[in-house]
Amino acid sequence: MNWGGASEFFSMGGYGVYVWGSYGITAALIGFESWLTLRRRQRALRDALQAASAEAQR
Amino acid sequence: MTNMNGQRLRLFTFAAPSRFYSLSGSLLPWLWAAAALLAATGLYIGFFVAPTDAQQGESYRIIFIHVPAAWMSMVVYLAMAGWAAIGWIFNARMASMLARALAPSGMVFTLIALATGSFWGKPAWGTWWVWDARLTSELILLFLYVGYIALVEAIDDVRRADHAGALLAIVGAINVPVIYFSVRWWNTLHQGATITMNAAPKMQSTMLTAMLLLTFAFWAYAFAVVFVRARAIVLEREHDAEWVRGLAFATRNSA
Repeated sequence: MNWGGASEFFSMGGYGVYVWGSYGITAALIGFESWLTLRRRQRALRDALQAASAEAQR
Repeated sequence: MTNMNGQRLRLFTFAAPSRFYSLSGSLLPWLWAAAALLAATGLYIGFFVAPTDAQQGESYRIIFIHVPAAWMSMVVYLAMAGWAAIGWIFNARMASMLARALAPSGMVFTLIALATGSFWGKPAWGTWWVWDARLTSELILLFLYVGYIALVEAIDDVRRADHAGALLAIVGAINVPVIYFSVRWWNTLHQGATITMNAAPKMQSTMLTAMLLLTFAFWAYAFAVVFVRARAIVLEREHDAEWVRGLAFATRNSA
């Protein structure tokens, strides 16, 4: 175990801004990309369903 | 039908968008789970098992995401250029769709590599950015991804857009070896390769384990998110196809 406590863990030996900044921006980018991509597929499926229903009613 | 024709048919069936759609769908839960599990294990080892670095203190812990992201930014580019080339040469629709699906993920990995590099450069070198060969060529990689996406989105004719994108991706691939060897070819602030094929790694084994686990996590994530995006592209492009309609109705009836 490297850390004496939570505050020691978060300060990262004085490099907290850089370490947590790196991990924070990585998490944000990956989260944002996942959200956008999953939403895009859901929309594509919904649009395909609407197109197919419209075609079936004609 | 002869046996040979039958085999050829089967080969092309696997490359068909419908086949890709169902195959990737069954793999996706495993890929997301693998990404989460590998990332959790890698982060635990990286922060709680790997010791403090003698020279850089705790700031070195950025390496666990910086190096894997930089690797992914190059690997994804080569995959994108490769699929784009296959899609162009063999007129294979699914290959072109995969190339398009890879581009935004490659761009995200490049952004992560640049941003974490900047956060590491400040404490290590005293500057957020320096115009040296490694950093500049990685920035060019970002512009190549952005240029590829802008180009294929700007052309309305889908197949013409695929071909134009393929040309850009193939020409731009020359930048990948430039990034990789830049630390050897030019004098640079950036340190040399962390891991090479012909030498033992210069890192402590727990540090290396954490970095490799996060590399595998990024691989699993890349497969997952690219598959999801490729499935969206398949649905968008093939919405008139019989199998997509069948799928749409099956989804509605099960909901």
